Amino acid sequence: MGGGGGRREAIERELHKLRAEREELDGRIRLLESQLEAEPAGVGGEGEGEGVVPVVGSCDGSVGCQSRGRNGFTPNGGLPADMIYRYSRHLLLPDFGVEGQRKLSQSSILVVGAGGLGSPVALYLAACGVGCLGIVDGDDVELNNLHRQIIHKESYVGQPKVKSAADACREINSSIKVVEHHHTLKPCNALEIVQKYDIVVDATDNLPTRYMISDCCVLLKKPLVSGAALGLEGQLTVYHHNGSPCYRCLFPSPPPVAACQRCSDSGVLGVVPGVIGCLQALEAIKVATAVGEPLCGRMLLFDALSARIRIVKLRGSSPDCTICGKNSAFTEQDFQKFDYENFTQSPMSDKTAPSVNLLPESARITCRDYKKMVDNGEPHILLDVRPMHHFQIASISPSLNIPLSVLEEKLPTLEASLKKAGAAPALVVLCRRGNDSQRAVRFLREKGFASAKDIIGGLQAWGQDVDPDFPVY
Amino acid sequence: MHLTLEFGGGLELLLENSTKVHKVEVPPKDGQATVTMRGLLTWVKDSLIKERPEMFVKGDSVRPGVLVLINDCDWELCGGLDAELEEKDVVVFISTLHGG
Ligand SMILES: [Zn+2]
Repeated sequence: MGGGGGRREAIERELHKLRAEREELDGRIRLLESQLEAEPAGVGGEGEGEGVVPVVGSCDGSVGCQSRGRNGFTPNGGLPADMIYRYSRHLLLPDFGVEGQRKLSQSSILVVGAGGLGSPVALYLAACGVGCLGIVDGDDVELNNLHRQIIHKESYVGQPKVKSAADACREINSSIKVVEHHHTLKPCNALEIVQKYDIVVDATDNLPTRYMISDCCVLLKKPLVSGAALGLEGQLTVYHHNGSPCYRCLFPSPPPVAACQRCSDSGVLGVVPGVIGCLQALEAIKVATAVGEPLCGRMLLFDALSARIRIVKLRGSSPDCTICGKNSAFTEQDFQKFDYENFTQSPMSDKTAPSVNLLPESARITCRDYKKMVDNGEPHILLDVRPMHHFQIASISPSLNIPLSVLEEKLPTLEASLKKAGAAPALVVLCRRGNDSQRAVRFLREKGFASAKDIIGGLQAWGQDVDPDFPVY
Repeated sequence: MHLTLEFGGGLELLLENSTKVHKVEVPPKDGQATVTMRGLLTWVKDSLIKERPEMFVKGDSVRPGVLVLINDCDWELCGGLDAELEEKDVVVFISTLHGG
């Protein structure tokens, strides 16, 4: 009994001693924290060195913490002090915490496309402390990008987008690794680039690239956070992760070319890709940290005009999918040889609308020849078949605007204008790039306007070859 | 049968005034009690689509690149063309976007 009592006393003494030590440690921690709060730029704790637990190689690969590691402290083997201060509001989230931040700092994420979607993705991923952020883009910054591609600044117009984006990311967070891939992602380089990363974010702007990235992610077993935006709508999902389908499971065959709208044709409200890009960053963070439920097997549909977000349930990955299905024979060699532009019949770029060739040469004139007609005072009517909202942006004066979509019903208007223009006036048809003008001339010739001709290359050629002051859009 | 149809991702451009939401009354085919998705597609093509029907249908289904959702669920999970619709169902046709 007596021996038991003695043991009890010894334990109580030990407990008392340990509690006192803990209080002292807590006091030191609070002191360090307050020093850190007061002096964010410097690293406190000069006088406290002995009491600070040294960092044991837990640098998570980020540059900043390596250089400061010795002065940082790691409660419970946690994060270095400078990371704790920078990401404190993340650490305070019970669902995220130290574990979430650590996983983030150990993850590598590739953002394909530094445009309207990629801008907020890269900015947020850099700011939140992803260990390694890769950015792929082969384009240069253009002035007409800046309304939505908010990572780029005016001073970077003409410079590579990857450089502009990477510089912006480094300015926000010098402690992460930012890698520039100044290429357009292609089947010949995609495997090599993508395999270096844990997660891929598709922030591109065209259909063949979307098929290519999805196939590549299936081959390399990478989750794919895919976003798209056009006009006033956006879409978002996570492919090939937790049983979710790949892009080909959902869309085994590509849509007809005429159904592929481009931002450079149809327009896009700047903040719409911004919204989708922010959500892509969020999903990438969730996948990287395994926090929450990523948007797998579901798709988010955003309609900015009606301010509605709808989340729908998608099919699972298809066992018969030619790429991710269990009997798929698609190899890395197949991938490298696959012609995605031919498969989708559209280019790996947002800029070049495929040009059509519908008319014989005799039914077309160049814009320089048209200029001569005008200078020679030849009687004619210039018919502009662009949509009205295009015509309102800029037009050649005088010209008659009848959009192609209503040309048939407005033929009497055209006839009346031709009559007023005098004896046997020429009919010259114009559009933005010289495609719709060909369709219009073909239709007009069928309707008996035998002299109708279209201007090759449309207003784009006019601006290049005749009137350099004509506004480009 | 009373249904709400929604068109998005550019498909609305094929409809009158580019209206996205259509509350419609779709009659079952003769001798049938319900409307199937197959029947609905035919009805939409004949009654709502104003131009370029090839931008909406291909063969007896929707064209590639269109997602069909019945009450916010992929129609592939509901039986596809053979899915039987119920009173007040919401059917969404949405073209996938590629821009960014
Ligand atoms: Zn698949």
